[in-house]
Amino acid sequence: MNYHWNWRIFWEDAPDGVSSYFDTLLVGLYWTLATALCAWILALLLGSLVGTLRTTPRPKVVWLGNAYVELFRNIPLLVQMFLWFFVLPELLPPSLGSWLKALPNASFFTAVVCLGFFTSARVAEQTRAGIEALPKGQRLAGTALGLSLPQTYRYVLLPQAFRILLPPLTSEFLNIFKNSAVALVINLPELTSATHTMAENSYAVFEAFSAATLIYAVINVIIVNLMRWVEYRIRVPGLISTSAPGGH
Amino acid sequence: MFGNFDFEIIERTWPYLFYVGMAFTIKLTIVAMLGGIMAGTLLAMGRLSHLRVISILAGGYVNLIRSVPLVLVIFWFYFLVPYIGAWLIGSHEPIKVGDYTSALVTFILFEAAYYCEIMRAGIQSVSRGQVYAAYALGMNYWQMMGQVVLPQAFRNMIPLLLTQTIVLFQDVSLVYVLSLTDFVGAADKVAHRDGRLTEMYLFVALVYFVICFTLSTIVKRLQMRVAIVR
Repeated sequence: MNYHWNWRIFWEDAPDGVSSYFDTLLVGLYWTLATALCAWILALLLGSLVGTLRTTPRPKVVWLGNAYVELFRNIPLLVQMFLWFFVLPELLPPSLGSWLKALPNASFFTAVVCLGFFTSARVAEQTRAGIEALPKGQRLAGTALGLSLPQTYRYVLLPQAFRILLPPLTSEFLNIFKNSAVALVINLPELTSATHTMAENSYAVFEAFSAATLIYAVINVIIVNLMRWVEYRIRVPGLISTSAPGGH
Repeated sequence: MFGNFDFEIIERTWPYLFYVGMAFTIKLTIVAMLGGIMAGTLLAMGRLSHLRVISILAGGYVNLIRSVPLVLVIFWFYFLVPYIGAWLIGSHEPIKVGDYTSALVTFILFEAAYYCEIMRAGIQSVSRGQVYAAYALGMNYWQMMGQVVLPQAFRNMIPLLLTQTIVLFQDVSLVYVLSLTDFVGAADKVAHRDGRLTEMYLFVALVYFVICFTLSTIVKRLQMRVAIVR
């Protein structure tokens, strides 16, 4: 391999004249973090709601919840980005549509909404699985104590389900950072997009991609440890067996 | 709402969309699936190896690939594959690699990390007694894996491998960033040529939904049948 590495490239001026390539990547990181975190809040709220509704004893509600999940899971994220960005404004009444198109940072809001809905379907699937993993007796006991259905969920089922849910939610949280890179197709200047821009302008292709890879890996490590800490803090001793090593 | 929409555009362009675009998507999906499962199985055997060096290397590769976005990996390999090719054949200049080959290498190496985790669970789902029995019969490592453990691991993991393949089928749409003509790329080119973004994107979404929903329903049925047998 005769590729000439030039790691000092990060401190050289980017074509915009005011900042270095390092700043270019930092701005990209900022957009990645902002998009992923905002979308995550949306995904968590919507996903827990839909996932919970899918376990209620109302067939119609369950059907709607299932349809919601299937809709967002069976269309590629890239196509969903296009739908929210290009198609939605056309389907709305003209005045609302042109207001949407003229929004400042339209690609940021679109990416947040799109990623939020996309991830919410996955969160909903995990939430349903978490609630269904609880022993049937929990629900029956709640009803026997005279709790209403919402109370049974609020005080009996959900507090236990969310503790089971933490590990799968961690991996969805990691996914949302990775998936935010798809937003470059609607011109969101997030980390992967910024890296690509830097690679094209500086010709330091592998330096740029190495830096981005390192940043994503660091984000990954931070989140894994953060979630482990959360898991440790909210555990109820003796309630759910911690994943002890050994056994099949 | 759809008053001034022109859905006839699909009637006019469907041979291009399906025979060029969808054919590319399906071809890439199937080849990447076969390559990915093979590479993934080797990686899984590596991760479970008693040789420290091999298990650390395989584990490091899988964890690294799984922590970066696919789009970034696509860019990485797009620029890296010519250098790897030059290194393989001992050339001094980066060699020219077609877009299709570059995308194929990317998807095989990327999906291998995900198939690896499935195969690792599959290999671990086979009871230790099977391994001991194979060794007791005088088999070596490769015979034990090839004739006893892997056939059972595959059977247990078929539903998960297929689910991952549906994900791969959707992920192939990301070759859009290299301007390749997969199904989305073909639709996108027609959409921009004729100024019909709305109709084309809605149609693309519908086609993906029908295919993926059908496939995942079949996989779900299969999963139930496998579960009953076990």
